[in-house]
Amino acid sequence: MFDSKRLVLAHFWVASIGFLIAAVLGEWQMYVRSPLHAWISNSELYYRSVTAHGAAMAYVFPTLIAMGFGYAIAELALKQPLIGVRWAWIGFALVVLGTVTAMVPVSMGLASVLYTFYPPMIANPFYYIGIVLVVVGSWIWVALMSINLHAWKKSHPGEPIPLAMFASVAGAYLWAWTSVGAAIEILFQILPVALGFKSTIDAGLARVFFSWTLHAIVYFWLMPAYIAFYALVPRAIGGRLYSDTMGRIAFILFLVFSMPVGIHHLFQDPQVGWGIKFLHTVFTGIVSVPTLLTVFTICASVEIAGRLRGGKGPFGWIAALPWKNPMMLAVAFSFVMLGFGGAGGLINMSYQLDFAVHNTQWITGHFHLIFGGAIVIMYFAIAYDLWPHLTGKALSDVRLMRIQLWLWFVGMIVMTFPWHYVGILGMPRRMAYFDYGHPAISPEALSVTITFVGGLLLVASAILFIVILLRGHIGNRISLPIFQFSVPVHPPTRLPAALNSFALWITLMIALSIVNYGYPIAQLITLKQSSVPAIPVSVQR
Amino acid sequence: MAAQAELRWAILVIAIVVFLLGMVVYMSLHWALMPPARIETIDPTTLHLAGEFTEGNLGTAIEPDGSVTVRVIGQQYSFTPQCLLLPANTPVRFRSTSSDVVHGFIISGTNVNVMLEPGYISTFEATFKTPADRVMPCHEFCGVAHAAMWARVRVIDKKDFFKQAGKERRLSCV
Repeated sequence: MFDSKRLVLAHFWVASIGFLIAAVLGEWQMYVRSPLHAWISNSELYYRSVTAHGAAMAYVFPTLIAMGFGYAIAELALKQPLIGVRWAWIGFALVVLGTVTAMVPVSMGLASVLYTFYPPMIANPFYYIGIVLVVVGSWIWVALMSINLHAWKKSHPGEPIPLAMFASVAGAYLWAWTSVGAAIEILFQILPVALGFKSTIDAGLARVFFSWTLHAIVYFWLMPAYIAFYALVPRAIGGRLYSDTMGRIAFILFLVFSMPVGIHHLFQDPQVGWGIKFLHTVFTGIVSVPTLLTVFTICASVEIAGRLRGGKGPFGWIAALPWKNPMMLAVAFSFVMLGFGGAGGLINMSYQLDFAVHNTQWITGHFHLIFGGAIVIMYFAIAYDLWPHLTGKALSDVRLMRIQLWLWFVGMIVMTFPWHYVGILGMPRRMAYFDYGHPAISPEALSVTITFVGGLLLVASAILFIVILLRGHIGNRISLPIFQFSVPVHPPTRLPAALNSFALWITLMIALSIVNYGYPIAQLITLKQSSVPAIPVSVQR
Repeated sequence: MAAQAELRWAILVIAIVVFLLGMVVYMSLHWALMPPARIETIDPTTLHLAGEFTEGNLGTAIEPDGSVTVRVIGQQYSFTPQCLLLPANTPVRFRSTSSDVVHGFIISGTNVNVMLEPGYISTFEATFKTPADRVMPCHEFCGVAHAAMWARVRVIDKKDFFKQAGKERRLSCV
């Protein structure tokens, strides 16, 4: 029983194609600003590319993966046909339409404001309208996830919600609430100016609204990867999930604590006072807890697999793990990158240390390592795990998958480690070119060249990923066992309401966001004389 | 047994987070290392007409109380002044803003890291230990020529600085 195959395939294919294009653009950017290339004569082209790369990688690719994976989970974990398939297709169409609407002005050079918008710079209105359509499409998914869960609960009163579905719905609610910040910024601040109804905008307030979305969006990207850790990895490598309860607690903590942390992106900003900045530092510390809990639970689950396969002693179980299995390789790589990236994140959380790295290449390295590395490598693993169930055909070349994962892992390390290093040297982000002849910048030249080589490995890996998926459509038709999620050591029979529903946690999520964002927003709204003239980017000045 | 191991790990995790936050608090109190605090607004359209950011007032100033303040404006695609002259071993207060879009700056090899937003005044305090020539790039995307927006910082010996300051009202090394 898996009726929504075409729906899920459509999401994964559009996501993957967008991902490949954006990866190639990213590598081009690294090439033109490296010492290997002369100074780019038209730097507008560079920022056009950065805008396309960022918008595709941040808004389109992970959103479609979360949506497609969510629909698959709703059907496979709840073991009932997906309710609202027509609406799901409408949501998908909105995401595709929005992507095209946004990318047309971007490719014409009318919207080179990056994916983070930067008002008072104002781009062509269709760029923002396109992004709103993408988000509206994803809100349909949020509603459908909720509706499917409630239908299941009605017919299964008192039964524990399968962990994969519980986590997927937590991710959907998280996204619904976190996307509100950027939605307010676009609908009430930017679009009225872009459409010509207003000529001024409060840039500081816009940054506060955007920070509401900008940090928690990372947890939305991360949800599919964490669902894979809990619900796919133990099954795929022949183990058991160590603790179902700990999984639920981790996802609840993400839901509650992802939002009230975003002002750590604004530590150096003049429009937020230090008290609020300190508060957000504390909450950023708290939101590292679910990740640290997950690391323990998943390592313990993997150890069970190693011991079931005959591994003995304190380390023998590691050697006994099925290292030829792509899922095993992916989760190991993911954890290594999560370890380094997470340590970097704890450094950014401390505003004193952040002074040394804010807006340097360190930050670029940090989020590429966490998102591009730890999270995206699990997207690959999810696709490989689901693909035979979507196409009905075997994914037979396991060796090619391992090569693809190795290339991604090595490429990501080679690219992001030098970025961290030059960031500490003070190399700023978002530069179309550098004067490598300058004595202050010349020590950074070699590192930039190395990152370009890392990028080459990543592009090779992205192409291989597409090749593997394509070959999955022409393989031999096979009959598959029913899709299974991980089985916990102690499967829950009855759960307390707190671990089996969301009302309490959604209330807490909204309340905490209001506490941590209400004051700075109210303060800025009541502040006089803080709106400034908008600067249209398509006008030559 | 399993639940105990989990509980021990959870306690360790909380201890790590509390320790890290404790270091942040300690540094905040002990070295008074805080992010910029007060919220001050300013109209970017009249910066050049009146107030502390008129052209003649930009650069490094010795205040009546003897403290050192440097005033800088960011605009597409340069800083004014383009070269900051600062004394070593002296607390320096930065006061800066933007006349158009969001900018920022970092001074290489130091902890000076500031966002500039039109409509708001950014402040930052720092002490430079040694005389040196440093670069000060804009570190926030501010438009197509963002990559061209680099200023310089010259930190000179404290005595030389105050000697020079006796002769001129505002100092820079443009």
